[in-house]
Amino acid sequence: MNIVVCIKQVPDTNEVKIDKKTNTLIRKGVASIINPYDMHGIEAGLQLREKLGGKVTVISMGPAQAEDVLKQAISLGVDEAILLSDRAFAGADTLATSYTLAMAIEKIGITDLVICGKQAIDGDTAQVGPGIAEHLHFPHTSYVEEIVDINEESIRVKKKIEDGFELIEMQLPALITVIKELNQPRFPFLRGIFRSREIEIPIWSADDLDLDKAAIGLDGSPTQVVSIDTPRVDVEAEVFSGSPGEQVEELLRELSRQKIF
Amino acid sequence: MEYFLNEKQKIIRDLAHRIAEEKMAPLVSEYDLSGDFPWDIVDVLARSDMFRVFIPEKYGGVPGGIFEMVLVTEELSKVCGGISLSYTASALGTMPIILFGNEEQKTKYLPQMAEGTIAAFALTESEAGSDASNIQTTAEKDGDYYILNGTKQWITNGGEAEIYTVIAMTDKRKGARGATAFIVEKGNPGFSFGVKEDKMGIRASTTRELVFDNCRVHKNSILSRPGMGYIVALKTLDRTRPGVGAQALGIAQGAINACLDYTREREQFGQAISNFQVIRHMLADMAMQNEAARSLVYNTARMIDAGVREFNRESAMCKCFASDVAMKVTTDAVQIFGGYGYMKDYPVEKMMRDAKITQIYEGTNQIQRDVIASTLWKK
Repeated sequence: MNIVVCIKQVPDTNEVKIDKKTNTLIRKGVASIINPYDMHGIEAGLQLREKLGGKVTVISMGPAQAEDVLKQAISLGVDEAILLSDRAFAGADTLATSYTLAMAIEKIGITDLVICGKQAIDGDTAQVGPGIAEHLHFPHTSYVEEIVDINEESIRVKKKIEDGFELIEMQLPALITVIKELNQPRFPFLRGIFRSREIEIPIWSADDLDLDKAAIGLDGSPTQVVSIDTPRVDVEAEVFSGSPGEQVEELLRELSRQKIF
Repeated sequence: MEYFLNEKQKIIRDLAHRIAEEKMAPLVSEYDLSGDFPWDIVDVLARSDMFRVFIPEKYGGVPGGIFEMVLVTEELSKVCGGISLSYTASALGTMPIILFGNEEQKTKYLPQMAEGTIAAFALTESEAGSDASNIQTTAEKDGDYYILNGTKQWITNGGEAEIYTVIAMTDKRKGARGATAFIVEKGNPGFSFGVKEDKMGIRASTTRELVFDNCRVHKNSILSRPGMGYIVALKTLDRTRPGVGAQALGIAQGAINACLDYTREREQFGQAISNFQVIRHMLADMAMQNEAARSLVYNTARMIDAGVREFNRESAMCKCFASDVAMKVTTDAVQIFGGYGYMKDYPVEKMMRDAKITQIYEGTNQIQRDVIASTLWKK
């Protein structure tokens, strides 16, 4: 089984701060990690390989430093890693990003299953995974919490929905986006870390891919960010005092005065 | 102190540290209380290749040796000296095969051990402790087989391990020269286990009796030659004693670290107790003594890996010194914590219980001093 896992380099949100003037993330000096949902994607790929044999390839689109997260993936045990990096890719929105990743997956060759995290913790759009599937004309299921069954022809998964799950069967090749309930990502292993220190990660530019250059990067991105704002919170709070009984009485009076009761 | 670790050694240490902090730390009290074997942690250690660091690369190991085993043991022991022992005792069980196994035995067993199959080493008996030559377990020759009878006592990883090195007497008249080392697999008919011991410390590590009742073992499972059992045992222990030293200095460092946090938080007489000279000087001594222990343990491990021929004195010194320091440091740590230190809600009483065994096993510190003294007049 040939599996491709798409991963994204994101700032470690435990350390990240917001620039209050521009309302954007301060990325400088913040450690980069594999997007946590993508860790579950890698784990799913590795578990399927352990069960069925085959190969797990990890791809990421980003600046040269995104090589770090690809090396982290190698240290977890993936077979190959490819970085898509080119100035022409810069400024891509989810449409251009998913198109570029899809064209890279086509170049990789025969792929049975593409796995993405459900969304990246920096952008939170959850659009790139399904976007890749559309570009590749693969069936897809998002929010996968369990892979129930997989064979050479098809995959059956549980998709998490509000009050339970949907059981979905798709023909392969297919794409899934996964959530954290799917599995417990593993620790790196020594042979993987040693390999990651030595391996050269191949870098593919726009010229390496067979794609429509008008559909990539900023030019291929219909999304225009006009401004970013933090919602203002100016709610006035009233604090009740007195004994618990008095406080409850006061609360009830206030709720009926505001006609909530 | 700068220990000049190379890049791979740093990677090994850092990964062991991460496993200890993220996987072991939340479960330490639970395992101390239940005394169950920590299979979930051992599984993580195996998948992360930690059992490969002391196995030759030819048989599935990664570049390493005794020193790398020491680094892993120390990191794990900072968090739990009991769970870490399950790892280090497996290294002890593996060592006789690395040192004395023939090609066939190495090819059969070492790759499994590299994958994390647990091993154990069985020398001690009820009447053969410090006097290790007084072994009562016998192995009587019967054609191509030997028939083992007797009981081994206090065997770490007993019942959990798959592969055992067992020292038994093939010729009692010859005394120590009549002992032979056998590889015995779990499941071999006539080989069973006694009850699990209820111990003071290192409770997350399993200790059991091994019972041999007409247990037939093929002669191909003899390590080295008949009569070499005592040599196999002594040479093995010489190499693994730095592992006990590492366990001791890990436990002591864990206690020092706990004290550094506690003394900054705990206030008496209107200030943090880390401001009091009496506390500061106690901690200075603890840190200084443990650093000296670390130097001795690391250097001995490196000597062994470098192929130096004679190291039984250094091996005895590093185990004895580091374990005495660990006992002193953990006792002082309980003192610094005061009444809280005596309570199970706080980490240091367990460290004191765990430290005690390091002065006793793999040769009591009294025996180590005998070994050290016996080398002093040698030219």
